[in-house]
Amino acid sequence: MIVGNAKPLAEILQMIESHQKIIIAGCHGCVTVCRAGGEKEVQILASALRLAREAVKNPLEIREVSLERQCDPEYLETMRPYAGDYQAVVSIGCGAGVQFLAEHFAALPIYPGINTNFIGVTERQGEWAERCQACGDCMLHLTGGICPIARCSKSILHGPCGGSVDGHCEIDKDVPCGWQLIIDRLRALNMMDSYEKLRPMKSWRTSRDGGPRRIVREDLTR
Amino acid sequence: MVPCTGRVEEVVMMKAFENGADGVMVVGCLEGDCHFLEGNLRARRRVERVAALLTDAGIGGERIRMFNLSAGEGSKFAAYAEEMDQHIKKLGPSPINIVRGTPQPVASQGERT
Repeated sequence: MIVGNAKPLAEILQMIESHQKIIIAGCHGCVTVCRAGGEKEVQILASALRLAREAVKNPLEIREVSLERQCDPEYLETMRPYAGDYQAVVSIGCGAGVQFLAEHFAALPIYPGINTNFIGVTERQGEWAERCQACGDCMLHLTGGICPIARCSKSILHGPCGGSVDGHCEIDKDVPCGWQLIIDRLRALNMMDSYEKLRPMKSWRTSRDGGPRRIVREDLTR
Repeated sequence: MVPCTGRVEEVVMMKAFENGADGVMVVGCLEGDCHFLEGNLRARRRVERVAALLTDAGIGGERIRMFNLSAGEGSKFAAYAEEMDQHIKKLGPSPINIVRGTPQPVASQGERT
């Protein structure tokens, strides 16, 4: 999932300082799962903003909505009938959701209520960790299902660097060395021949180096 | 009244302040004695989160507190309620009630029992 976390209340208050009537839009997708931008978080943020603004005699009217997904146009359009009655939207969807709202509601300022952090997993309740950097050319079949791009701090591709000490990365003793994880797993799977193979340089054209990316599936387009 | 403090969502506590509460006490079972294992521990963390939000919102995080006692400790409940009452009286009305100009009721002994 895409993992995000709440922005400080003061930052959001500053964004909406000049508005008296706003929408707070949550998303039922990834940010609901990581407890940053779902229905409950909409209610909590709305309540905190109302309290903060009333306390300084500048009350704020808020419509609380939670869209099925902010990254699909049909769900954004459900806001169309009433969006014009409001001065701005605080989206607590991911960065994609915030931008898609802005594209669809050209006359409304759209503000981000969360920071979007990474593509990751829930390691345990309340704790999320990065697993994928969306490089666009997956090589997990060669690395025991552990990604050297996301799990190695340097994203190096042919084994650990000199900063790997006792299985930990030199950037932080609490960060496991991605390559140590890969080698341990390849050994356990009896697939170390995969580690020994020389591979050509990775093409980064499918990653951000090629600019903003787009996928067109002719079989699905209309 | 809810059957377990584990069911008390953050927004329920926040709404109490929006509805004019000067202070909120969340009273759960003794830690380690939760029928649902960790409902009261979750509640404590939620109370801490709401306290931080109330501080950020300028209402004051010290206006919410969690207490733990067993269902048989009526006198302790009364003592905690008295403690919270005094604590909130010292803090005075919430900034929301000051803005609203809400008159502050003085709780009688009878109301607290």
